[in-house]
Amino acid sequence: MGLASLWRYLLGGLGLAALLAGVLAIVYLTAPRAPQPSSDVGRSKTTANKLFVATFEPEKGVIRQGELESWLLTLKTVEGAPVEGAAITISGGMPQHKHGLPTSPQATDYLGEGRYRIDGVKFTMSGWWQLHFAISAAAGSDTVVFNVVL
Amino acid sequence: MSRFSSLLALVMVAVLAGCGRPEFSDAEKQTIASLALSRLPPLKPDTTNRFADVPAAAALGSTLFFDTGMSGGGTVSCSTCHKIDRQFQDDLPQAVGVGRTNRRTMPLAGVAHDPWFFWDGRRDSLWAQALTPLENPLEQAGNRAAFAHYIKARFGERYERIFGPLPDLSGVPANASPLGTDAERAAWNAMPASQAEEVNRVFANIGKAIAAFERSIAPPQTRFDRFAIDLVAGAKPKGDAAFSSEEILGLKLFIGKANCVTCHNGPRFTDGSFHNTGVPPVAGLPPDRGRVDAVAQVEADPFNCFGAFRDGDASACRELRFMVKTGPELVRAYKTPSLRGGATRPPYMHAGQFSSLDEVVAHYSKAPASVEGVSEVHPLQLSDRERAALVAFLKTLAE
Repeated sequence: MGLASLWRYLLGGLGLAALLAGVLAIVYLTAPRAPQPSSDVGRSKTTANKLFVATFEPEKGVIRQGELESWLLTLKTVEGAPVEGAAITISGGMPQHKHGLPTSPQATDYLGEGRYRIDGVKFTMSGWWQLHFAISAAAGSDTVVFNVVL
Repeated sequence: MSRFSSLLALVMVAVLAGCGRPEFSDAEKQTIASLALSRLPPLKPDTTNRFADVPAAAALGSTLFFDTGMSGGGTVSCSTCHKIDRQFQDDLPQAVGVGRTNRRTMPLAGVAHDPWFFWDGRRDSLWAQALTPLENPLEQAGNRAAFAHYIKARFGERYERIFGPLPDLSGVPANASPLGTDAERAAWNAMPASQAEEVNRVFANIGKAIAAFERSIAPPQTRFDRFAIDLVAGAKPKGDAAFSSEEILGLKLFIGKANCVTCHNGPRFTDGSFHNTGVPPVAGLPPDRGRVDAVAQVEADPFNCFGAFRDGDASACRELRFMVKTGPELVRAYKTPSLRGGATRPPYMHAGQFSSLDEVVAHYSKAPASVEGVSEVHPLQLSDRERAALVAFLKTLAE
């Protein structure tokens, strides 16, 4: 077998591999997707109806899996004024596991300057969590969803 | 050298490199490290029990734990079901005290790390848990007035050195409890409130002493832990720390495709939470709906964290305060058990439904629907080889 024919086989093989990769890519890209962890893991965002700007972060700065923790939800108007006297309810869960939160977090304290302590937050598993906030204040009612990926 | 032979050499190098690639990715190594016993944090102080770390209380607690005098008929102690030489469990599908219960005895290693107690979490502290079997007619079948008298007669001096003076029990009926027989309940209801409170206080302190003892029961290091320490340190596990290829496959499945680590996470291999995993009920046992029925029980327990017998302040009661009280997920949800030592203590599940690890793994691979509520587990279709590998890995947690 000459070198030239070997090269021909090699090129042919490469061509077939490329074709296979192409087919796989099409299958992958068009396949129905399971819910994916949102790449939107921002800690600060505008609420659904653009009434407030909400910031959600762990009070101690770090997230520890399996620990009952307090977080801070800071609410500002879009103009940047703190939102006071808001009524906040929290729900959520793990979309990929179709279950809710292992605890019932509550807004327990108002700390001034639009900051609310959200206590009783616990992430018992690694993965994609969602926290939904329903917020009612003088400006109206709005919702916001934060993604937390552990 | 011709172009062909150099190409051949390149291909061979690539193949060899493939064979020599590390067995675990960095992400896998991180997960494995998170499961190692060395990552178990020290026990947090239990501020609801100011005797939790008092050695004399633990010593009295250990005496009470093994004392069959702590039962109605004088034949059953905590250790009847929580056997010290059997990982503090009894190898039975359902515990047998004075009668046969409807639940599997839970082992006690590391129990003080739990936020909730019993399979369904119907108690919120180790000391409140310890009180419950004492008065359960199927377990120790005693009553709190009798226990108070017994403590005074048998351990009065030891008790008073730890907890302070015992109350005057001369007017307290020999047998009385709000949970007992008709006669015991009538006797309890006839007691003045202050006297009932005093008896409850002695009863609570019994639980606090037993809890102090139970805090000392820690999980031992296993082959898996020795393997994990070496792996994470970058050393090649040697001797019994070395895993077979089957055990490595099992570990990879455990933290990967089989999703076991989703709930069996952390150094105790449990998330401490409650899940419906479609485990079938046992024919002939009373209806058992798991967590959904436990919520009301823990809320109604006078010895819960909000009750009068808690030491310290209510800031320790956040688990109870932020407890999930309703929702379909609570139906037939049971606590994720620790897997440490599991391989040597069949049968498995909350009522001993499965007699071997093979049956457990087969259940999770098949993931049948729950008889009530919705199972969180999805079918895995593991091969025979994969199921055997998972069992082989689980055994490393008991060696």
